[in-house]
Amino acid sequence: EDDTKNPANLPVFTMDYPRIQVPFEFTLWVLLASFAKIGFHIYHKITIWIPESCLLISIGLIVGAIMHSVKEEPPAVLSSNVFFLYMLPPIVLDNGYFMPTRPFFENVGTVLWYAVVGTLWNSIGIGLSLFAICQIEAFGVQDINLQENLLFASIISAVDPVAALNVFEDIGVNEQLYIVIFGEGLFNDAVTVVLYSMFSFLADLPVVESEDVFLGVARFFVVGVGGVLFGLLFGFVAAFTTRFTHNVRQIEPLFVFMYSYLAYLVAELFAISSVLAIITCAITMKYYVEENVSQRSCTTIRHVVKMLATVSETLIFFFLGVVTITTEHEWSWAYVLFTLLFAFVWRGIGMLVLTQIINPFRTIQFNYKDQFGLAYGGLRGAICFALVFTLPDNINRRNLFVTASIAIIIFTVFIQGISIRPIVEYINIRRTNKDLNTINVEVHTRMMEHVVCGIEDLCGQWSHYYWKDKFKKFNDRVLRRILLRDNRAESSIVSLYKKLELQNAIDLLDTPLGDLSAAPSIISLHDEKKEAARPKRKFLAADVRKMHDILSKNMYKIRHKTIAYTNKYNLPDNSRAREILIRRHASIRRSLRPGSLRELKLLEVLNAMTDRSCVFSAGDEVDRLSARVQASGVSPRSSSRSLVPMRRLNTIQEQGGSGKSVVDEGPSGGPFGSSLRGRKAAVPAPRRRSSDREDDSEPPGGEEEALPPPPGWVPEDGDPGENEAGNPLLRHSSQTSRGSSRL
Amino acid sequence: MGSRASTLLREEEIEEIKKETGFSHSQITRLYSRFTSLDKGENGTLSREDFQRIPELAINPLGDRIINAFFPEGEDQVNFRGFMRTLAHFRPIEDNEKSRNPTASEPLNSRTNKLLFAFRLYDLDRDDKISRDELLQVLRMMVGVNISDEQLGSIADRTIQEADTNGDSSISFNEFIKVLEKVDVEQKMSIRFLH
Repeated sequence: EDDTKNPANLPVFTMDYPRIQVPFEFTLWVLLASFAKIGFHIYHKITIWIPESCLLISIGLIVGAIMHSVKEEPPAVLSSNVFFLYMLPPIVLDNGYFMPTRPFFENVGTVLWYAVVGTLWNSIGIGLSLFAICQIEAFGVQDINLQENLLFASIISAVDPVAALNVFEDIGVNEQLYIVIFGEGLFNDAVTVVLYSMFSFLADLPVVESEDVFLGVARFFVVGVGGVLFGLLFGFVAAFTTRFTHNVRQIEPLFVFMYSYLAYLVAELFAISSVLAIITCAITMKYYVEENVSQRSCTTIRHVVKMLATVSETLIFFFLGVVTITTEHEWSWAYVLFTLLFAFVWRGIGMLVLTQIINPFRTIQFNYKDQFGLAYGGLRGAICFALVFTLPDNINRRNLFVTASIAIIIFTVFIQGISIRPIVEYINIRRTNKDLNTINVEVHTRMMEHVVCGIEDLCGQWSHYYWKDKFKKFNDRVLRRILLRDNRAESSIVSLYKKLELQNAIDLLDTPLGDLSAAPSIISLHDEKKEAARPKRKFLAADVRKMHDILSKNMYKIRHKTIAYTNKYNLPDNSRAREILIRRHASIRRSLRPGSLRELKLLEVLNAMTDRSCVFSAGDEVDRLSARVQASGVSPRSSSRSLVPMRRLNTIQEQGGSGKSVVDEGPSGGPFGSSLRGRKAAVPAPRRRSSDREDDSEPPGGEEEALPPPPGWVPEDGDPGENEAGNPLLRHSSQTSRGSSRL
Repeated sequence: MGSRASTLLREEEIEEIKKETGFSHSQITRLYSRFTSLDKGENGTLSREDFQRIPELAINPLGDRIINAFFPEGEDQVNFRGFMRTLAHFRPIEDNEKSRNPTASEPLNSRTNKLLFAFRLYDLDRDDKISRDELLQVLRMMVGVNISDEQLGSIADRTIQEADTNGDSSISFNEFIKVLEKVDVEQKMSIRFLH
């Protein structure tokens, strides 16, 4: 306080920095790191060539240099507690929440194999080799004992292959590789943390007996399995809680975070694997919670999870950069270089050996290119740094370890991270000479690839069928009944729509995307007569090359399953899927011809789906939707007969189970979509209906009026010929007393 | 596992399907389980909606065409036989089949039949020709939104030009076969994991 000669006077202007110091500095750091992120996305080509972690570390280095030159100390915030209790949970929650569960469970054996056995292999291998090196007098590191070496080795085995995933996504390597790398990165965090605590405990012991080793192994299993069990428990409780939250939608996201954090903390309490607990909790919870909560809460949860994780990870990398400059280093050429060498070598050998063993058990095996990708993609990341930084000071040679880890992280992130793209591109050249392929070959082969992909998806997954089937039955009979508020089986296509946040699909049709689909077919229909008269165009070689180029850049790739998940820093990218779905909506609407039963049914299905997902949104969204639809009905773009304006019959109410009664039409529901509902309705009914339609007979007439108006979309009476399309479009979801429609 | 399902599928039927398509007994029972799980109406046939409910097909660029391929001309329901008949096209060609007696009728998964399947995906009106318009439709489905219509039109023109040998500005089935003669269709048009 200044400016007071007389203490009794009220000070007019005061400053009290110490009071706000901690939150203030924290906020500044987070802001600074976020500005950095904004900065490098402005020129987005950078992020293609340079992984984001590189950029963050660089900024950290710059800031660190600045701080060092003004002799400032970085805030001593990164202590063990802060890291383990506040910074790590969001990162692993993000990993768990956005894990692609289906591909994961289909490859769970392989993922765990690489994660657990691979990490063990790496840790022990590197640890032992380093210990051997330590014995050599010339290097002056003899005082590092075996436990400490193992501890250090376990820390640097934690890989963070995000950058590699981005590259693989663009190049398009073996699809299974994604999920293995992704899962490996995720689970080896858990394994590393377990090993870390185990080895740091051992490092404290003056003498290690053989029984300690056995106890260590036993502890490993207890920790792992215990973590998973805790996670499951909390996940189920969370799911159960969200069953009752339909009246308190605003705090729904809170439950997700509180329960997962609770799982983490309770696991920490019992010193079992908190990382596994929170990951398992997130995976378990996600499936049920996303069905119980509203669409908005869903979106909020996803965004917040991503946001927290990004902040946390950004801060860690940033801190890494700063600490590199400002901390006291202990450098030992021998130790650092050998660490690098061994890390590389052991990972490479490990990949080879492990793949050789597991390949016979896999339906799609990994070839050498895949293995190279797996090995070279093993960049070290944030966890590695944080773990080493929080080593207690009683570890002898702590500074050396810090220096060595920082060196490894910087090496792998910068050198491997930047070089992985060109190398993988080089070894994956698909066509040695693009120009030899004709355009025909390029187009038709891609078409065939899509077809085969589609047929494979249609056939469902073949391996692990038995367990999947059993789990599905258990899920449907027991779990869904208990944990879900609204247990009408939601088909996976509806949940796809929900997941892609396409609830306002018709809304989206108003965007420019909606137009493009109709354009070529309409235009060329007119031109078809002129085709014979069209002069034969001459195509130069340059034109053809350009066409190849256009096609290879723009044709949809077939890696659809995991492509949404490979970018860790963003929310899953569903833009491709949305493009395709929007286009289907648009083309269906535009091609709707009177009496065309097939398109009708498609439209019914699609509209009913969007209908269903609309249910979870608040009332005002629905009104906005109807306004849009009515507006779009008079869109000048519509060619007169093909666009059928829709109008809603009824306000859609919030689901309270009222939906069921509405569509319960009973026997008079003959002509209308019983095939949609999948009831055990009279089988002749659908066929009768189809033959009616095919004859283009007169509208069903009086029957329509007799039915109670269900919620749905009904074409306006503008076009009398269209009245056959005037079937009240039924709720798709009211089907299935069987209850297991999730595919 | 498949026990409940296979009692609904009689042994004679399985044998017939086996003869017609070449799938093994276990493959047929598994596919039948899949068929029944897709069949919401439980009436022994699948309609187009049943296929459309599969999310991966919905986001497949050629999803609609693939679904269409299961339904013979003008029909809206497909039974298990039809389902298997279509899937049979994707069975991998085994070595012992390659040297089959040429007078025996061609198996569904022969190279020619695989190519015919692909051809029919383009040729919606079944006039045995892929017209420019049909080609454009499929191209548009396979390509993102960044290609203009003129560019796509040129690509379509070039495609037809490369393949068209008799000058009718469309691709006939024989021309289609010829242009893909160097492509390993047997491998490309086979489902990878069948055991």
